[in-house]
Amino acid sequence: MPQVDAGSWEYEIVLQRGESTTYWTDLWRYRELLFFFAWRDTLIRYKQTAIGIGWALVRPAAAMAVFVGFRKIAGLPSGQVPEVVFVFAAIVPWQFFSTALTEAANSLVTYSNLVSKVYFPRLLVPVAAVATTLVDMVITLVLLAVLMAWYRVVPGWQIIVLPLFVVLVVGFSIGAGILLAALTAKYRDFRYVVPFVVQCGLFLSPVAFTLSSIPERWRTLYSLNPLVGIIEGFRWSILSGDAPPSDAAVLLSGSITLFSIAVGIWYFRRVERSLADVI
Amino acid sequence: MSKPIVSVEGVGKRYHIGRSKGAQRYLALRDVVASAVASGWNTVIGRRRRCVSSSPEFWALRDVSFALDEGGVLGIIGRNGAGKSTLLKIIARVTDASEGCVRLRGRVASLLEVGTGFHPELTGGENIFLNGAILGMTRREIRRKFNDIVAFAEIDQFIDTPVKRYSTGMYMRLAFAVAAHLDSEILIVDETLAVGDAKFQKKCLGRMGEFAASGRTVLFVSHNLNAVERMCTQALCLESGRVRLHGRNVRAIITEYLRTQTDDAAASVWVNQGGALDHPVVQPLYFAIENEDDEPLDGPVRNDRRLFVVIRADVRQLDPAMCLGFSLYDDDSQLLLSSLNTDVAEEHWPQLEYGLIELRCELPRRLLNEGLYRLELHCSLHCREWITRPGYGSPSIQFEIRGGLSDSPYWVQARDGILAPAWRWKRRLLQPSRFSDHRRRLQHSIASSNSLRS
Repeated sequence: MPQVDAGSWEYEIVLQRGESTTYWTDLWRYRELLFFFAWRDTLIRYKQTAIGIGWALVRPAAAMAVFVGFRKIAGLPSGQVPEVVFVFAAIVPWQFFSTALTEAANSLVTYSNLVSKVYFPRLLVPVAAVATTLVDMVITLVLLAVLMAWYRVVPGWQIIVLPLFVVLVVGFSIGAGILLAALTAKYRDFRYVVPFVVQCGLFLSPVAFTLSSIPERWRTLYSLNPLVGIIEGFRWSILSGDAPPSDAAVLLSGSITLFSIAVGIWYFRRVERSLADVI
Repeated sequence: MSKPIVSVEGVGKRYHIGRSKGAQRYLALRDVVASAVASGWNTVIGRRRRCVSSSPEFWALRDVSFALDEGGVLGIIGRNGAGKSTLLKIIARVTDASEGCVRLRGRVASLLEVGTGFHPELTGGENIFLNGAILGMTRREIRRKFNDIVAFAEIDQFIDTPVKRYSTGMYMRLAFAVAAHLDSEILIVDETLAVGDAKFQKKCLGRMGEFAASGRTVLFVSHNLNAVERMCTQALCLESGRVRLHGRNVRAIITEYLRTQTDDAAASVWVNQGGALDHPVVQPLYFAIENEDDEPLDGPVRNDRRLFVVIRADVRQLDPAMCLGFSLYDDDSQLLLSSLNTDVAEEHWPQLEYGLIELRCELPRRLLNEGLYRLELHCSLHCREWITRPGYGSPSIQFEIRGGLSDSPYWVQARDGILAPAWRWKRRLLQPSRFSDHRRRLQHSIASSNSLRS
């Protein structure tokens, strides 16, 4: 018997009433599949479209133009930072979150023919959708760097905190994404709910404005939207802004992120058992 | 190894019938909201809550247990819908069992769905990596076997071509090559699902044989009983989701399975029990294939006997749209023909009457070949409504034709083909013979003296 990598596979799987004893081990064993899914989706996306990877640049650039125009009309102050950079720093996390959430929510349905035919840890599907979007974020970050160089904006020491906020936005996207993926697989209604939520989220998040435009007493309540802490954090660390996000906002973002991941996994595992039958 | 590689204990799989059918396939949020509102309202007004889960259950599998040691080859047989594929799906972890426990000691590879996860836009090489990863290979493993897979699939020059430009044959070869190179301890083969031509299926079987020969464990679903007998070390016969026979004496199990199958063929009568198909216009009550003595067939029948399809029904409204009849299928479930009481000009239709009526239709003698046939009841209101629809779970009966194909001394065994009509040929003389009467008489006498001598 050819023992190919047998050492790593010598384990016993017990499946009982939809519970596998090796749920988390399996997830770890299949970790490379996460990379393959992300790789595949990136390849396909850019093979099928005419301007390919350019879309990762065009979409945030267009969004930025709209917001800059909006701020001009509304007469919102931006301080000493160039308007373009100021808006773009917020667009990076927002664009990532909205795309990741939409893609992750639809991911199980998109992958349904795979899910109903082969076994692999299903949790990988929405997580891979988020990972694919991460590629876009890297590209937009490069574009941001180019813009900053053009406008001669030099980031300060605060830039070293940026990875923390990246982790936060990725974590929250994964948590909300797996929850919505499970909900969409079970109730197709969520296909219509998600775009609506994303649309509302844009106005509830400080993309076109800042937290400081919100009255003082509403700020904590407003920070219940985890994106508030995240977006403010992005802006602060990139632009070495003078207004660091309040500890409360960051803490709230962090705990809501952890909570969303916990709830997401809990609900996903419940739906997962009957997935091949309902999808 | 002391412990079995695959062990299945009391596994069952339950489906809710109402929920996964047709348009109601997806659970819509509005249903959940509606039932929540309704039950909430009932609680408010103090009515007792009704049981929400009233949708009928269906056990596709129940109480299935077996164990398979290393190197064992298990053949799973049974009729369509007996639960064979569901069992494999549970072991392949695609779907979960509703009860019971499955223990697997090793990786499971399945030849159930070759090519799953292939993307047409990606090149052959890219798809090898992707498909391999989906099937559970690591990147290192795929890289090592990459050249073998390409060689096996015979696609070396097209490795950088998107698979959407592949021919079907190339596509299938590539897909199979990836699956066949997966090193796993357990292999699952469902031949009834295997798409592709005979050559491809043969390749599947060949690969399976190699697998078994190398001492790995194989689970094999097939209708090909010869292959099961040849390859399997044990057999499991499923019937309506339950284990009917299981053991190491594969031959005995197959024989027993075949015997009961022919028993079922004797079910040449369907009687409406429990008042099903209660329809305001007509209710079918009896559907049978009878011989000339008005008795349902009780076994194979000769092809030169008269056969009648008999339908009895309770007519409650004289609706001219009412159609009663049957569809005839062969052993492979291929539809041969359909016949209705309204097939001819209107003045020749059988007169309908209120009450219990009987419709009879004689099948032509010596039309069908030897073999097993199935009749399904057709009952409908023309262009308006199906009461029973052939091919959609309609009442069905079976009969078998054996022998009596022809009176010809030349036609002694069954010929190929679905139909075997014994038609009479006629001769027309187009030109009289060139030979004179004298020579013909001479030839005749030579011929008869020859035959006398021999």
